Amino acid sequence: MPTIDARRRASRVCCALLAGAAWFVAFPVIAQTHYGFGRPATAAQLAAWDIDVAPDGKNLPAGSGSVAKGREVYNTQCIACHGAKGEGGIGDKLAGGQGTLATPAPVKTVGSYWPYATTLFDYIRRAMPLNAPQSLSTEEVYAVSGYVLFLNGLVNENAVIDAHTLANLKMPNRNGFIGDQRPDVKDSGCMRDCAK
Amino acid sequence: MARPPKVVNKVPNSVPTTEAIPSLEPPATTRRQFLRSSGALLGAAAAGEALAQAPKSGAESPPAIPESMKAPGAPVGGKLYGEPSPYEAKVIRNVPSGLTQYISASSRTPLGDLDGIITPSGLFYERHHGGVPAIDPAEHRLMLHGLVKTPLIFTVDDLRRFPSVSKIYFLECSGNPVYKKPYGKTASDLVGLVSCGEWTGVALRTLFDEAGLMPNAKWVMAEGADAAAMTRSIPLDKCLDDVLVVYSQNGERLRPEQGYPLRLIVPGYEGNMNVKWLRRLKVTDAPVYSREETSKYTDLLPDGTAREFTFCMEAKSIITSPSGGQRVPSPGFVEIRGIAWSGHGKVKRVDVSVDGGRNWAEAVLQEPVLTRSLTRFRYAWRWDGKPTVIQSRAVDETGYVQPTFEELLAKRGDNSFYHNNAVQPWRVATSGEVSNANN
Repeated sequence: MPTIDARRRASRVCCALLAGAAWFVAFPVIAQTHYGFGRPATAAQLAAWDIDVAPDGKNLPAGSGSVAKGREVYNTQCIACHGAKGEGGIGDKLAGGQGTLATPAPVKTVGSYWPYATTLFDYIRRAMPLNAPQSLSTEEVYAVSGYVLFLNGLVNENAVIDAHTLANLKMPNRNGFIGDQRPDVKDSGCMRDCAK
Repeated sequence: MARPPKVVNKVPNSVPTTEAIPSLEPPATTRRQFLRSSGALLGAAAAGEALAQAPKSGAESPPAIPESMKAPGAPVGGKLYGEPSPYEAKVIRNVPSGLTQYISASSRTPLGDLDGIITPSGLFYERHHGGVPAIDPAEHRLMLHGLVKTPLIFTVDDLRRFPSVSKIYFLECSGNPVYKKPYGKTASDLVGLVSCGEWTGVALRTLFDEAGLMPNAKWVMAEGADAAAMTRSIPLDKCLDDVLVVYSQNGERLRPEQGYPLRLIVPGYEGNMNVKWLRRLKVTDAPVYSREETSKYTDLLPDGTAREFTFCMEAKSIITSPSGGQRVPSPGFVEIRGIAWSGHGKVKRVDVSVDGGRNWAEAVLQEPVLTRSLTRFRYAWRWDGKPTVIQSRAVDETGYVQPTFEELLAKRGDNSFYHNNAVQPWRVATSGEVSNANN
């Protein structure tokens, strides 16, 4: 026989179910997933904010920039943190390091490590230079991307960089990435007289 | 609902079970010892060796009546936003010295000084990639677009109108710590890039329902409104599962360092994916391969290949008391305390060893034990005064066992940088001084 407490609990559950059913009947619109908050984005709003660039070059803007122009931009905007030849300083090392990834002292740079050249344009446009991101023109971003690629020996000194160049440039470490293999370590969870 | 984890030694804080420590004294004696020890320990952590118990006046209390009782205290409303006692002024974020710049950098939570599982908002670890922006919430917008039927723009007020969710989750930086020397000295130096809070916001799934997902949607790119325009790709399945767009932390609006006025919380996934100052969510059919998921936050292996999209933070634990830089005041009862967590769910068990890893015993888990939250553990230890090494090891609900540092190094080498979740051993010297046993 149920105790008084159990009966009270059962009665409460029933009341809650009835109340839920009544609520559903009275306000069916609440059960829908559409709330009507927020406003549809206009084409102009989307275009202004939609800045990410895919590895296939999708969303890269029209335009181009030369390695020569890139050298000027680099020497004005980047050299203080990244060094005269991309050797790094306050900022990351940008050039060199190819062939070092499997050594005890790997050097990760754009040339040795980055899988996609499109990412270079994307990152410079959104986040560089550190003190004034999103201040460079499209031409300047293409140009300085080209100059960093030149410092890595990946384009020649006379190159002009555009969406096509970046999307089609096969970076040296393109195939250097693998998926997440974890859990890759299996500890036995030994409890007694374990080897130290 | 999942079964609650097995909790052993479910006894009051200061009363150890005979099972754990057969030779323990009666609880009354133990409690006195414990109070003495923990007072000294906390003092040592907060104020170094000079933590004298004697009052400045020189009058011992008791019998002296405390000064605080002889005149009214500060008036109500004297501080319209409360702050810790001035005696706790040394419990602050741990900022590494000597960095070349502090714009893309991090500061750590003082783990050795904290109790419980909720990190005070002001002590939450920081990792910013372009500094902390000052954002007026009235100006802030979140754009949701890409592979959706109706691209939408939300104000912060719009988002607060949706059904809300509050959850407790840990956040951890993926490089906590790195694998290379020099190794840190304190719990904060080593693992201080983990914190835990209660987050309130709207389920991302709710916003997707509002915009309508296209059938080919597979990934979601999240972007911040900071100077780094921080960008990460997150699998759609995760977003539909438990990801939140958050506006509040620990009951109040987010702190600027935590993404005010909006951030993502991606439970159990590496910290940088929990994009702060969130301004844009773009639904895509593939990852964007941003700089932060190619040149950074990929894990280099000895053969020169690197793991990408290593999202989940695996099970981990650390003893926070006594821990590096602290001192055990005397032999006798010591309550070992620490935190454990797993990005894969709940902590099932924490084992503690007080003999350098030869023998292990289950610690007590403090309720609540929540999924992807910090969990407190404690272990009643009777220190015989001899030098030893103490350490903890978490096991999560998937059965995964937290590995040793040696096991990780053997698989990943020391250039992997991220996802070091190794057991942290502490050396206890005869003097009671505690230091990193890996040093």
